Order: sequence, then structure tokens, then C-alpha cells
Amino acid sequence: METMKSLHDPVLEVEDLSVQFVTEDETVNAVNHISFKLRKGRTLGFVGETGAGKTTTALALLRLVPNPGKVESKRIEVCGREVSAMTARQLEKYRGDDIAMIFQDPMTALNPVFTVGQQIADSILLHQDVTYGEAMKKAEEMLELVGIPASRQAEYPHQFSGGMKQRVVIAIALACNPEVMIADEPTTALDVTIQAQVLNLMKKLRDDRRMSMIMITHNLGIIADICDEVAVMYAGRIVETGTLVEVFNHTKHPYTEGLFNSLPNILNRTAKLKPIPGLMPDPSNLPVGCAFAPRCRYAGPDCTCAQPKAHWFSDTHTVACAAYERVGFTIDRPEKK
Amino acid sequence: MEKNVSNTILEVKDLKKHFKTSRGMLHAVDGVSFSIEYGKTLGIVGESGCGKTTLGRTILRLVEPTSGGIMLEGRDITKLNLRDMKKVRKDIQIIFQDPFSSLDPRNTISQALTEVVKVNKIRSGKQEIKDRVLQLMETVGLAERLINTYPHELDGGRRQRIGIARALAMEPKFIVCDEPVSALDVSIQAQILNLLQELQETLGLSYIFITHDLAVVNHFADVIAVMYLGQIVEKAPTEELFAHPLHPYTQALLSAIPIPEILVERPRILLRGEITSPINPKDECRFGNRCFHDCKECRGSNPVLREVSPDHFVACCKV
Repeated sequence: METMKSLHDPVLEVEDLSVQFVTEDETVNAVNHISFKLRKGRTLGFVGETGAGKTTTALALLRLVPNPGKVESKRIEVCGREVSAMTARQLEKYRGDDIAMIFQDPMTALNPVFTVGQQIADSILLHQDVTYGEAMKKAEEMLELVGIPASRQAEYPHQFSGGMKQRVVIAIALACNPEVMIADEPTTALDVTIQAQVLNLMKKLRDDRRMSMIMITHNLGIIADICDEVAVMYAGRIVETGTLVEVFNHTKHPYTEGLFNSLPNILNRTAKLKPIPGLMPDPSNLPVGCAFAPRCRYAGPDCTCAQPKAHWFSDTHTVACAAYERVGFTIDRPEKK
Repeated sequence: MEKNVSNTILEVKDLKKHFKTSRGMLHAVDGVSFSIEYGKTLGIVGESGCGKTTLGRTILRLVEPTSGGIMLEGRDITKLNLRDMKKVRKDIQIIFQDPFSSLDPRNTISQALTEVVKVNKIRSGKQEIKDRVLQLMETVGLAERLINTYPHELDGGRRQRIGIARALAMEPKFIVCDEPVSALDVSIQAQILNLLQELQETLGLSYIFITHDLAVVNHFADVIAVMYLGQIVEKAPTEELFAHPLHPYTQALLSAIPIPEILVERPRILLRGEITSPINPKDECRFGNRCFHDCKECRGSNPVLREVSPDHFVACCKV
């Protein structure tokens, strides 16, 4: 029973997280009151467009939000410990041991003046009680694990291609065996065949080590490939969340529908693209009501006066859309089996 | 020549662009041939470093070709002098990838568009030029109130609309679109793709559409050419290419696209390694070291592009 319990316990729980950037002129509301959970061994995907607050959310989990960012939350609990209460020493252990992040751009995430072996060994030395020699040996093992010959540990980042650099970044993130891995657009800078290689590698490592993962991407194809659960973000809020099947096959939020309609469908090339009209709202000047309402074709007067309440379609599937207060409301996207 | 020439707006014959580097000759474009009909779109797909952008620029002679011919409406433009070339540039225009760096930050929309309208000399007189600028803005869907805004005040989608308006100002017949939507978010990307498609229908434009995004090119192009290390490895009408990809590289590319749908199981071809260097390539199949076929023939010589079924060309010795 013990194992059953630990299987369903969330390794990461966030309640009412907000991030604001306050400057003299304006306050940018990057993330607004979001809550989510991540269970052991599961992968949660955050999808949304530029400026939706995906990366800021990830940075808040690591307490890396840069100045002048202000993070507020009821709870950010990772592996049973409250992140906002950690001291600098505790944070140093927490980042790497419990949670690690893979950044978008492998070209800038690595230090150009150290060999890749050293950079992996550095993170091991910081977290484990080992000698330099042992750390280097472990670093070589990590390189092999991500598919790079150990003999290349003495080379510098510029001697590697983009895909190889991203593998090195993954090796650094995994060197200390974290419980949770956050991947922030890990393949956006890579070509599609290399992207397939890297995604496959990440899936394999995740499954071998039973890690939990947060995948941040704007690519719904990657979400379908790798995630168990999905959270769709718009203007700093989660507008729809559910299991992969619920969000993809039983889409409920008009914005999620708009995203799907904007994508060229590779299985049906004659389908007309239906873009979402207009632009994202200015995050320093968000409307009182639903932020998507000005672009939404289902919007009514009920949408603009207050933030939409969450509607539960199942234990896991929630949608923040006021239109569901109307009797018999549905969106046009047909449900799939 | 026996072919119906009147339908073809652009024909590229054995086009080569080699760059001299300290380590040898870099074969960026290495013997590319194709033709495009009026009002049609040729999609050029390939990964970074395969020479697709260089190809686009060489066609406009923004970089001079090393050898080969570019026939625009039957006239070889590689032979033209600078003055005649300027006239030809009215007919062929380019839309650049990055709307953030392709616009002068110190010019307003009005200035950016007035400049090109003046250059093409079709319109003269202040009022006429201003009318044309407003007309262009309307064509690409920019509101009139934005006329005096600077690029930094606009989002990526609107900036790309300025890029398109600048290309249209010349009243071209033919536009090279070099990754016009890859810097944009999906909802904006769809807006721009629809705009380009409408323009093609109303103005009868022909496009070369350069992209690494197979889903976009599938939606947009009539014919697709797949490039690998400076050469076309497969060329076919879009539906044919997606239904029956023959070259192992095309097959791997297609299987690697993440599809935003929950599918039962999709066999995925994972390629070994990465793209090799385009400097002094040997006379062998350039895809050979990543290929899942293992054949001796392609080690001896580089397979040539040949027609295996009507309009379907492949360069692979296994086909």
C-alpha cells in the first residue's frame, strides 16, 4: 500500500502562484493565480504562445525569477518541501538534487571556456561528496548516457553541433538524478530530425529513471508525443488543463480550439487555416474579465465583467470559460472518440 | 525547350554557389535545377545548413551564382548587367525570415513603404505615392492609424506584414519567401499564411516558399523539393511526396514531424548522426553516412536526380 500511496502523491504542487514585474512605469502581470500538480513519473506539458507566462512559471519553481520580479504563492511544494521558505544553502541543494532545468538555447546555456566534461563534473562536485577524479568519471558516464562518446569530454562546446550541445545540457541537468526535470522548449533551436533524436532520448531517460517532467513548448505536436497531462496557458493563466486525451480530443476552451485551428494539418492539407484574430493582450494592462474575450468568437457580455470560474468536466479536466454558464454551450471543434 | 515554355515563369538550371573558405570550397548550392509555373508555389524544405536560404538569395542574385542559369520568363538573368538587373528585380522580390532585423528601426511604416514606392517609379507625385502606401497597407491588413509607428512598436506579425507590403510595392510576379513565418507564434503564423495565400489568388503571384516546417509547406506548396547539403534529393507534387516519400531522408523527415493528434502508434525513423560538412564534399551520396540503407553503389558516386514516376524525381540508388 505504501508504494501505491507514493505513486499518487504529487511530487510538485503549486497553489495560487503569481509573478509580477514591477517597474516605475508599469506592473507586468506575467503569471496570474495559477495552480497545478505533478505526480511522480508523469509529464505535464505547458503550451501557449510567446508571453503566456510558461517560462516565468518554470523560473518561479526554481526561484530564479530575475529582478524586479515579485513571486507570490500560497504554496510551492516540491518533494514535500516548501520552496519559498528555503535558504540560499537549501536552494543550492534543491536545484539539481530535486529539480533541474533544461534551457531553450543550448548555444548559450553552456560556458564556452570550459570543456563539457568539466561542466558536467562541476554540477556533480557541487552536489555530491566525491573527489574531482570521481566526478570526471561520472561526467563521462553521463555523456555516454546521452549518446556522446566519453572520449569527447575534453572538448569545448563550440566543437559540438546544436543537437550534441543540447545532449550535454541534458547530461548536466540529469547528473544529480533530480526528481523533477523542467524542459523549457528543449528542441526549438534544433532541426526536426535532431529534435526527434533528442525527444526520444528524453523519453527514454524519463522512463528509465521514473522522473517527473514539465515540458514547456509552443508545439502541440511535441505535447502529443511526450506528455500525459496538458495545461494551456494564455496571458499568465491556465485556461484549460486535463489529460492529453481530454485536452486534445475533448477540447473545451475556445483558445485551445483556436490553437488547433491555426495549425496546418499535415493529415489534411486542404483544410483552411482559421487563425485567431487579433493579438495577445498587453500583460501590463490586462482586462478585468477574461483576457481572451476580445479575440474570442463565443464571447458575450458575461465574459468581460469578471474572471471566468473554473468548470470541471471530469476529475482532471478543468476549463476557465464563462460561456459554459450558458445552458447548452459547446464549441465548434468536434469531439473525437 | 520543347516543353511548354509559356507556362513557366522561372527555370533554374544546374545552379551552383560555392563559397571560398579557409578550409576549402563550401558547396552551399550544388547543381540545383527546377522550374515553377505561373501562380504556383514551390516549397523548398531542408534543415539548417542545407543551402535553402543561399538558393533563395542566389535566384535574386543577392549573391552571385558560381555557375548555372536562372531563366525568368525565358531570359537568363545571370547574364544581365547591374542596370538591367535592377529592372528585373521589380519582378522578383523576397520576404525575409526575421521581421525584427529586416526593417530599419529608424523608419516609420510610412517611410519604409514610401521609399520602395518611390524607387519603383511606377507612381509619382506626393498624393499618388501616399495613396499607394495606404493601398499597400490595406492589402496586407495594416490599419491606417499605424502609418506613423516605428517597427519596435509593432509585434512580429505586423512587422512581417510590412515586409510583405515592401515586397508587393514593386508589383512583382514572383516572390521568394524565406521562412516568412518561422519567427511567429502559431495564431499569428496562420494569419500570415492566409494572407500570402489570398495575395497569390488575387495577384496571381508565384512563390518559392523556403521553410524547415513540413506541416506549413504541406499546406502551402504545390510542388516540394527536399534539399540536403546543397542538392535536391527528392522533388514531387505535394500530395505525391507526402503519400509516397521515396528518398530515405524524406522518409525520415516526414516521420520526425510531431503531429498534434493522439495517434495509435507511428513508426519513427531515427537517423544516425547529424548533417556533415558541405566543404569539399566527396563524390558519394551525401546522405550516405546517415542513411539506414547500406549500399555500396552510393559510396562510389553521388546518385543523380531522376524521374521515377511522372513528376516525381529522386536521387537515391535504392529506388
